[in-house]
Amino acid sequence: MKVSIYRYNPETDKKPYMQDYEVEIPEGKDLMVLDVLNLVKEQDTTVSYRRSCREGVCGSDGLNINGKNGLGCITHLSDVKGGREKLVIRPLPGLPVIRDLVVDMGVFYKQYEKIKPYLINDQPAPAIERLQSPEDRDKLDGLYECILCACCSTSCPSFWWNPDKFVGPAGLLQAYRFLADSRDTATADRLADLDDPFSVFRCRGIMNCVSVCPKGLNPTRAIGHIRSMLLANAT
Amino acid sequence: MVRSITNLSRSGLADWMIQRISAVLLATYTLFILGVFVANPDLGYAEWQQLFSQFWVKIYTLVTLLALVGHIWVGMWTVATDYLKNAWVRFIVLFVIAVTAFVYLVAGVSAVWGV
Repeated sequence: MKVSIYRYNPETDKKPYMQDYEVEIPEGKDLMVLDVLNLVKEQDTTVSYRRSCREGVCGSDGLNINGKNGLGCITHLSDVKGGREKLVIRPLPGLPVIRDLVVDMGVFYKQYEKIKPYLINDQPAPAIERLQSPEDRDKLDGLYECILCACCSTSCPSFWWNPDKFVGPAGLLQAYRFLADSRDTATADRLADLDDPFSVFRCRGIMNCVSVCPKGLNPTRAIGHIRSMLLANAT
Repeated sequence: MVRSITNLSRSGLADWMIQRISAVLLATYTLFILGVFVANPDLGYAEWQQLFSQFWVKIYTLVTLLALVGHIWVGMWTVATDYLKNAWVRFIVLFVIAVTAFVYLVAGVSAVWGV
């Protein structure tokens, strides 16, 4: 099978280019895209990409595979080939490329940091733990599972145009995770930080984030909940 | 919190509400005008003038014109801040949009209240 990979080494290349490789796929096996990349790496050790857990938990190998973002380690070849001859692998769009498929996630983490992704509680700490009813705990389902792979934010045009101002779907999903948490007491401050024309409201409901999330999460719904909370808290 | 000095209301929530409420108003006015056309197949100047001489039509039209200007500003401001990265180019384009929207408003008011 032909595999086309985005190559760029800023130390030696003037501009990025696509390099084709011929990879032998074992008969009767439906490999993951990461396995294919590993086969390419056996041919050409200079190809660079991130990978770690190889089972969709660490979020390291977010890639643009045949035009759609996804995790290489849990994306079957049969799911992305769709009758095409070639497998085209590019880095996640919208982030600066460090080398080949490795991107600089700095701006993505900066937005994540902005939403204060930790529990804030001004009450004295209890002896053992802060209790939560099963119903309140259920509200965090579909939110806490995010692995910060950046597939969603880097598929969002609003994030492409304003990565320094728009928090992006990943950050906003986590913002709502803490807004929805019954143990968090900073709801008013969190909402005040989000009430500007960019942080939340630059979301135009394109929903690319929902269609690419490898964990099946729904950032657009979380953003809708944040809007509703802002509305409910306004006079 | 991101600071902005050129959006309509300084607040993202207020801009968002203005855009949605004005969209509903513009949609109802479009249906109203379409209804007038459907109900009066032989619409002439006299019927048109009679329609717009009614006080409630003038008020409805004026509110819709204001909604149009608000809708234009929220929408075009969003497009400009997405695609125009050079601050001077963006300010000039937004200025032209602001003047155009104002001309629409004044022309619309004078047309409706001149009837």
